[in-house]
Amino acid sequence: MDISTKLLTMLLAILLFVAVVGLMLFIAGRTERRSASIVGYVFLFPSIIMVSVGLLYPAVRTTFQSFFDAAGKAFVGLDNYQTIFTSPDDLLVLRNTVLWVVVTPFVATAIGLLYAILVDGARGEAFAKALIFLPMAISMVAASIIWKFVYEFRPDQPGVRQIGLLNQVVVWLGGSPQQWIVNSPWNTFFLIVVMIWIQAGFAMTILSAAIKAIPEDIIEAARLDGVNALGMFRFVTLPSIRPSVIVVLTTIGIGTLKVFDVVRTMTGGNFSTNVVANEFYSQSFRASNEGLGSALAVLLFILVVPIVVYNIRQLRASESR
Amino acid sequence: MSSKRSSRTLAALSGGLGLALALTACSSGGSGGTNASGGTTTAASGDCAAFASYGDLTGKTVDVYTGIVTPEDQPYMDSYKPFEDCTHAKINYVGDKAFETQILVRAKAGNPPDIAIVPQPGLLQQLVATGAAKEAPKAVADNVDKFWGADWKAYGSADGKFYAAPSGASVKSLVWYSPKEFTDAGYKVPTTLDELKTLSDTIAATGKKPWCAGISSGEATGWPITDWMEDFMLRLSGPDAYDQWVTHKIAFNSAAPTAALDAVGSYLKNDKYVNGGLGDVTSIATTTFQDGGLPILEGTCSLHRQASFYASNFPKGTKVAEDGDVYAFYLPGVKAADHPVLGGGEFNLAFSDRPEVQAFQTYLSTDLWANTKAKISSESTGGGWISANKGLDVANLTNPIDNLSATILQDPKTVFRFDGSDMMPAAIGSDAFWKQATAWITGQNTKDTVDKIEAAWPKS
Repeated sequence: MDISTKLLTMLLAILLFVAVVGLMLFIAGRTERRSASIVGYVFLFPSIIMVSVGLLYPAVRTTFQSFFDAAGKAFVGLDNYQTIFTSPDDLLVLRNTVLWVVVTPFVATAIGLLYAILVDGARGEAFAKALIFLPMAISMVAASIIWKFVYEFRPDQPGVRQIGLLNQVVVWLGGSPQQWIVNSPWNTFFLIVVMIWIQAGFAMTILSAAIKAIPEDIIEAARLDGVNALGMFRFVTLPSIRPSVIVVLTTIGIGTLKVFDVVRTMTGGNFSTNVVANEFYSQSFRASNEGLGSALAVLLFILVVPIVVYNIRQLRASESR
Repeated sequence: MSSKRSSRTLAALSGGLGLALALTACSSGGSGGTNASGGTTTAASGDCAAFASYGDLTGKTVDVYTGIVTPEDQPYMDSYKPFEDCTHAKINYVGDKAFETQILVRAKAGNPPDIAIVPQPGLLQQLVATGAAKEAPKAVADNVDKFWGADWKAYGSADGKFYAAPSGASVKSLVWYSPKEFTDAGYKVPTTLDELKTLSDTIAATGKKPWCAGISSGEATGWPITDWMEDFMLRLSGPDAYDQWVTHKIAFNSAAPTAALDAVGSYLKNDKYVNGGLGDVTSIATTTFQDGGLPILEGTCSLHRQASFYASNFPKGTKVAEDGDVYAFYLPGVKAADHPVLGGGEFNLAFSDRPEVQAFQTYLSTDLWANTKAKISSESTGGGWISANKGLDVANLTNPIDNLSATILQDPKTVFRFDGSDMMPAAIGSDAFWKQATAWITGQNTKDTVDKIEAAWPKS
């Protein structure tokens, strides 16, 4: 394709877009005075089309494909799902995903909450917050590479120096270096640490804002009643920020269910650390087993949906307060 | 009202422009890559006698599509110059890192290039199956009969028809070592597998771990073990059993492959042998393949099995030569007379039978092109390119490893076999084989490993 045909394609695309938008504005203009709801639908129309093409159609198609074999030709019923729940390797994938989802949101939220309370009103609060918020600015892949170096292993031999921070600390303490990302099942927890490191900042930011929004009079009333610090947290802070805590928990939970970058970058799913999202990618794009890949994607979807629904409900609840 | 309307139109227009630009950016991705043409139309003054049979191709263009990108693309374009200068045809070379997926898309969509440089026989089969590829003309077939062995011709064929002449080649059956250490300690380069074992034991007896290895390679982690296993399968069971194994005529968990993996285990899972300078057996899994052989330079490791391209992994200033810091020997067969070689290579597959395309295809299958390309590569990039073309003069290869590789390939006793995992279905060759090999090196036993790979083989 040479430059002139490219330019022509671009011109056509622009004209097409202008025509569509023009048509919409025209229709909206004509109906403007009659009914507001029709105008709403007219403007909603392109979004509906895009959501259908970009989300609805692929979702339906993926679900459909999950009942077919690797080549997507022969109907195999629930075989792919049976594979997921019976093959030892896939069961391990499910176990790891459960570990991730159970550990990450709670630990990340707990750390974020604790940190938010500790630095609240303290001197240098902004700096302290920036410190824990910084990992949020780092992409998952970059964070994984950083932590891979932290866990890096070199043998305990004369003349060989540790280059991993964690192993160097272990050696200083008199221990022998460990293969942190190889030794199962602890390696999964070492990967989870990366996710927590990233997400704690997010939890801290939201929860800190929620804490600051607690009305001053409630706190003062509690103080006058002689509540100690622990009681203040238990009976005033936590109930007041409950909706925010749940939103944070579920948001991190959704992100964790879909965790892919960390596992793929650090172990590639090897050493028994595989999770659903990574296995779905491997099956679909490396093993070209579209059936099993789709089934894993559908499973992931089914697992995420209840959390998303709960998350949205809580979000609405916290907004309506 | 009118001003409101016009500002709205303006917003819509500017938004539309942005989207349209994004759209075109996407649509141009298909042709992607670096677009470079090495066309000079200066009149040929040199030796054009060899090109006389192609005729005058003024005004004709041949599109070449490949995954070979900077800096290796320039020697290719330069090697096309003599053809362009003499026939006045124009060769349009397009390198694209996404070649392996894009070429299938283009072939299926009816928009293939004239010639594609295909790096795997498996991909070549897939491309032929799309129906877009064209059989090679007789002149190319004659050249391949003349300059290559029947094994190479078979890899360029599909369904009994010959399609593509081989282009470049690489040798994987190499063991890297330190010539200085061998001279000092009086070790001899082994000529049989038994001698290799004895040598390993001798070195291990001095308290040194003789072998070092690394298999970490991002999502492809595990592939160096697949090469090890292929090499041992080819040696212990012979080329016929190897072919049956690759095409799944014998099961992955049958006796021969299991024995081959066990033989690899006698080296890589032997804690007396590995992992020189890098740790215990498990450290093989976390060491990148690029770092796997470097301990040879530090003197903490003696032997490292890796392909010819590993030469470029040694730090700048390392002398790679028979009298240098590091060099390689041929991984021997069971008997000294056996000469099985595991390797890789590319093939020139045509999607058009226009005369200029066939003429260019023919030029690429000659010894003239192989030597031109070898000379240019040696001069501009210090080598790193060889061909299995028997007409290739090894004197044109200045790099000692290229020289060694070409000599191994041209040996009349050589039985060449292509990297097997490249030819297995994707579910095995780029997934299960890698994953299970990695699990194997971190403790899974051989039987579970071959059983799991066999279970993952697509049923059809």
